Amino acid sequence: MANNNVVIKSRGLTKKYGDFTAVDHLNLTVNRGEVFGLLGPNGSGKTTTILMLLGLTEPTAGSVEVLGLDPARQPLSVKARVGYLPDQVGFYDGLTARENLGYIARLNGLPRAEANERIQRVLSQVGLSEVANKRVGTFSRGMRQRLGVAEVLLKQPELIIMDEPTLGLDPEGAREFLELIVQLKSEGITMLLSSHLLHQVQAVCDRVGLFHRGQMVLEGTVPELAQKVLGGAYRILVEANGTGNLEEVFRRINGVVNINRAGQDRYELEAKKDLRPEVARSIVEAGGKLLSLNIELPSLDEVYARYFKKEVDHVGAVA
Amino acid sequence: MSVQSLKQTRAREGSPWTGLWAVVAKEMADSLTSTRMFILELLIVLTAAGTVYGATQTLQETVGQDRFVFLKLFTTGRDPIPAFIGFLGFLVPLLAIALAFDSVNGEFHQRTISKVLAQPIYRDALLFGKFLAGLFTLALALTTIWLLIMGMGIIGLGLPPSGEEVARSLWFLLATIFYGGIWLALAMVFSIIFRQPATAALASIAVWLFFTVFWGILADLAAQSIIPARLSEPETIIAQAELAKTLTRFSPNTLYAEATLALLNPAVRSLGVVLPVQLFGAVLGTPLPLSQSLVLVWPHFTGLIAATILLFAVGYVIFQRREIRA
Repeated sequence: MANNNVVIKSRGLTKKYGDFTAVDHLNLTVNRGEVFGLLGPNGSGKTTTILMLLGLTEPTAGSVEVLGLDPARQPLSVKARVGYLPDQVGFYDGLTARENLGYIARLNGLPRAEANERIQRVLSQVGLSEVANKRVGTFSRGMRQRLGVAEVLLKQPELIIMDEPTLGLDPEGAREFLELIVQLKSEGITMLLSSHLLHQVQAVCDRVGLFHRGQMVLEGTVPELAQKVLGGAYRILVEANGTGNLEEVFRRINGVVNINRAGQDRYELEAKKDLRPEVARSIVEAGGKLLSLNIELPSLDEVYARYFKKEVDHVGAVA
Repeated sequence: MSVQSLKQTRAREGSPWTGLWAVVAKEMADSLTSTRMFILELLIVLTAAGTVYGATQTLQETVGQDRFVFLKLFTTGRDPIPAFIGFLGFLVPLLAIALAFDSVNGEFHQRTISKVLAQPIYRDALLFGKFLAGLFTLALALTTIWLLIMGMGIIGLGLPPSGEEVARSLWFLLATIFYGGIWLALAMVFSIIFRQPATAALASIAVWLFFTVFWGILADLAAQSIIPARLSEPETIIAQAELAKTLTRFSPNTLYAEATLALLNPAVRSLGVVLPVQLFGAVLGTPLPLSQSLVLVWPHFTGLIAATILLFAVGYVIFQRREIRA
């Protein structure tokens, strides 16, 4: 165990299915206590990466360490300490919630008394205590997803990997689910979640990695990505009128990357940092009237849209 | 790299059977409480009750004349009801197929497979656990029926079974369980190969029908074309008959039928082609001791078990290579 603070570390991780490269030389590092989001379109290699992290599929090349262990060689130790919530998790519909959890507890080798106690605790943690003895077949999508989390928590994992956890949840269900993630994060559990629902990822993830054709093309915090992809990370909305050319005035401010005219008296400035004071000052100095001034943090949606638009343009140009 | 770390990189950690009994317990509980099994067990119990009742009615007249009257409970029919073993020949495959046709693809279908395999167990434990659970369920059901028949026999015939009768019928029970094991393994292989449980069930039933209906005919035809019988050469007739017999033994149905015949009927001394000249000097109708009957059916037992292991191994290899994501 080289570094106790690194929970996931992959170097040159590659998976090929025949000619198709699902994951291409992935270098991924996730630190303890972090919530890391894997983003990317369907088929970009997120699930394959997750399966390799769990030792459920063998890498073609490269190395991966999870909690300091090799998932391909020590899968039992890895799987005993890592909780996995698969994409659209399934249950034995004929069994009750408690029985489903009981099976997972036995597979983890928990002694009966401890299993019962833990089942009770995780059920109340996800708010399913009242339906514990109902058959899972009668559960709603949101309840099933929460039961999935209960199953993951049952083994008291150090790392939780979730594949598309909020897919198919209604807005209320998704919000509750994200609250649960935040709560788990506060308990110090490291989480890796894949999603293409970007605003949700943005709300809970410390860092994100953008997947494209098996490669992690971008990695960092949301503002960092915005910096890289959008050029400016901050968007300042100005409503002002006055004499002279305000665009010219804005252009002189140090740090403004781009200026868009959004309406008659409206301007959109992209900046590398929060330039609201400078903008206000220069408008006043230029003799204009400042009507409103707002800042908008860049959304991941935009980063994503802009990045993939660039990619498509690039590919189009090559073709 | 030290020797120890070298070892570590090569070997998989832990036992492949970790979690095996958790799988067995869960699968058995599932089977035993399922409606599907309830219907099939009810069917077999009714069949057993009906045929054994018919048999006791017939046997009551000859009780006391026969040393092995209890064994006749299984083999005696009374018009229009055939004997119990006649029914078992197709009820056991049906039961076994019903137990296993959705065992693996069902996990994919319910999307539980990746979650289960993300627990600290190997695939080995999941597959073998499912097979064992099926076999135990089958054994449990058949043993219950065996006990039921013995009980009905004691009441209907008014005498207890002898030690040898109990021993022979227990061997018969064991043969029946192994016969079920083949169909269990077959249905399981299909449940690994086919994504749809219905396809797996149909494929299993197709194989069973093939062996039940067509294999005998095909074996005869093949023997006739390989060794044409000529009246001028009597040995060709014998050779053809022996070849046909050998070919039919590739069917588990034949293996099972012959094994039960020799076990339940101590007077059977050979399962091959017997010429009248070979019977010269034999006292016909004298029962063989159990040990000799067992020698007679030993190859059949071996064949049944070997086929089961082979099928399981095929399923195991396919399952180990299967990608978990659909």
